[in-house]
Amino acid sequence: MDGVRLLAAGEQGLVVEFGDTISAEINFRVHQTARKLTELMGDRIIEVVPTYRSFLVYFNPLLISRQELSTNVEKILAEVKNAQRGKSVAKVVKIPVCYDAEFGPDLAFVAEHNGLSVQEVIDIHTSTPYLVYMIGFTPGFPYLGGMSERIATPRLEKPRTKIPAGSVGIAGSQTGFYPIESPGGWRLIGRTPVKAFMPGQAKPFLFEAGDYLQFQSVTRDEYAAIEQAVAEGRYVPEVADLAVGGDEA
Amino acid sequence: MIEVVQSGLFTTVQDKGRWGYQAYGMPVAGAMDRYAHRAANILLGNDPDEAALEMTLMGGTYRFRDAAWVAVCGADMQGTLDGAPIQNWSSLFVPAGGELSFQYAAAGCRAYLAVQGGFDVPLVLGSRSTYTRGGIGGVEGRALKSGDVLKHGPAGAGRVSARTLPADLVPLYGGEVVLRVLLGPQDDFFTQAGLDTLFGGRYVISDEADRMGYRLEGAKIEHGKKPDIVSDALCQGAIQVPGHGMPIVMMADRQTTGGYAKIGAVIGPDLSLLAQAKPGDAVRFALCTEAEAVAALREEQARYAKMAKLVAAERQPVGNTRAYRLTINGAAYNVTVEEME
Repeated sequence: MDGVRLLAAGEQGLVVEFGDTISAEINFRVHQTARKLTELMGDRIIEVVPTYRSFLVYFNPLLISRQELSTNVEKILAEVKNAQRGKSVAKVVKIPVCYDAEFGPDLAFVAEHNGLSVQEVIDIHTSTPYLVYMIGFTPGFPYLGGMSERIATPRLEKPRTKIPAGSVGIAGSQTGFYPIESPGGWRLIGRTPVKAFMPGQAKPFLFEAGDYLQFQSVTRDEYAAIEQAVAEGRYVPEVADLAVGGDEA
Repeated sequence: MIEVVQSGLFTTVQDKGRWGYQAYGMPVAGAMDRYAHRAANILLGNDPDEAALEMTLMGGTYRFRDAAWVAVCGADMQGTLDGAPIQNWSSLFVPAGGELSFQYAAAGCRAYLAVQGGFDVPLVLGSRSTYTRGGIGGVEGRALKSGDVLKHGPAGAGRVSARTLPADLVPLYGGEVVLRVLLGPQDDFFTQAGLDTLFGGRYVISDEADRMGYRLEGAKIEHGKKPDIVSDALCQGAIQVPGHGMPIVMMADRQTTGGYAKIGAVIGPDLSLLAQAKPGDAVRFALCTEAEAVAALREEQARYAKMAKLVAAERQPVGNTRAYRLTINGAAYNVTVEEME
C-alpha cells in the first residue's frame, strides 16, 4: 500500500517501513501512524519504536498474531492515506549551549573547513529549529535533521573513546548532542548543561521524536548557572510552539 | 540483607527488562538468559520476572544476614553453601549467616541467583534491571562490588521446599549451539550466496561478546546492496552484518537503533542458549518459519507451566513449618520440619 512495507524483525517484531531515505515527509508519516496504532492497540502490543523511516512494533505472538496486527496496521494506513498533512503545532525545546573552546575542541576546525568564522558557525548552528527524527543509540540521543550544509563537516577519522555528557557535535550534515558519556566520532563544537534523560523525575525525558530542538548560545557563566539548576532539579526548559506541515510540507 | 563478600567477574541485578522506553533510546536490558532467570524465580514461587542476580563467567560470594530461600539456575558455577556443594537448577534454604559462593562457570556462561521475594533495588522506569552503559537500574546503575548490601523481599511469601528441576527442564550447555533465525527486515540486502553462507557455515563467538551483542567470526556474508541503511530499530536477537561481512547478534543491552543491514533475527527462545555460550564456542544458524518460531515460544511457555505446577504441588497449606540446617560429620543438610495436623 503506497510503498509501505510490512517486514519481520524476529517473532515478536513487525516493522512498518515507509521508505529508505531521510525526509521530513516520511518521518511525519512514521510518527503519525505510530501514534494512531498505539492509540488503537493499547495493551495489545508491547511498544512501538519510531525511527527515521519506519517503526518497529513489539508484540506477543501468543496474544496477538502477526496477521491480526498487520490487518490493524493496514486499517490505519488506509485511514491516514487520504488525510492531508494539515498544519499542526510542534514543540520546540530550547537547548542552551556554551560554544567556548573549552567545550568545543573542534569548533575552530569546523569554521576553517567551511571557510567561516567561529561566530558565523555559531550563528548558523543556532539559527533554526531541528526536527528530532528519532531517538536512539543511547538514552535520549536525538537524531536531528535540517542543519545547514554551510557548516557540514566530516566525522573524525579516529573516534574519541570518551565524549563528555552534553557535548554538542556535527557529523556530516547531522548535528546533535551526547546525553551520556559515550565514545563517538562527531566534531565537538560546544556543550549543553541540560540533560535529555533524568532518571527518577516524573518526566524523565526532555523531548520526544517529532519535537524540534533549537540550540541557543550561552556564556560560560550562564552555562554554570543552568548546570547548577539542573543538578538541583529546578531547571525548566524553555519551550515554544512551531507551526509545521500544511504549505510548508 | 545480603552482603556481597566478593562480587564475581560481572554481576548485575536483572529482571525481564525495561520495556516501553525504546522510543526514547532506552535499551531494554534484562536477563540475558530469560529461561534460567525465570526458572530460578518459579522455583521460589516468585513472580517469574522478579529481579535476580546475573553472574557472568565467574560468580561471587554472598553472605546472608537473614535466612532466605534462594534458587540457582543457568551456568554451573559450582556453587557451595558454607563450603558444601549445592545443586544447580535447584532451590535451597540459606540460614542466617550462611555464605553462598560460586566459582568459574564449568558449563554455560551466566548463572542466576534468585531469592524469595526478589532483590529490592529501586525501580527505574518500571524495571530493576541494570543497564551499566547508561548507569541506571540495579545497584547504582553498576555491576556489584564487594561491600554492597542487597535487601530482599520478605521470605515468608509462601512455602517453598528444596527441589531440583527434573532433567527434561534443564538445558544442556556446551557443544555447538544451533540458533533458529527468522529472516528480515533487510534480508533483501544480501545475495542468495550470502544467505547460503549464513545458514551453511559455522561461526565462532569472538572475544567481543557481552550483554550488548555477540560478534561472530566465520565465512564472510555477501551483501547485494551496500551494508549501511538509514538507521532503524533493532529487535532482540537481530543479526546485523556490517561491511566486513561478519554477523553481530544483538542481545539484551543492544542499542535501540542501528545503521547496518539486518539479515534476520535469532528467535527469542534460542537467545537463552546463545547467552550461555562463551567466546570460542561455535554456533550454527538454521532458517525457521514464523509458525516454527511461535511453536517454540509455546513450548517455552509450557516448560514454565510445568515448573510452576511442580512447585505448586509442594505448596499446599499445612501446619507450621521450620527449616533447619544440620551439619553431621562435616556434611551439611537442609531439613524441613513440619508440624503434623
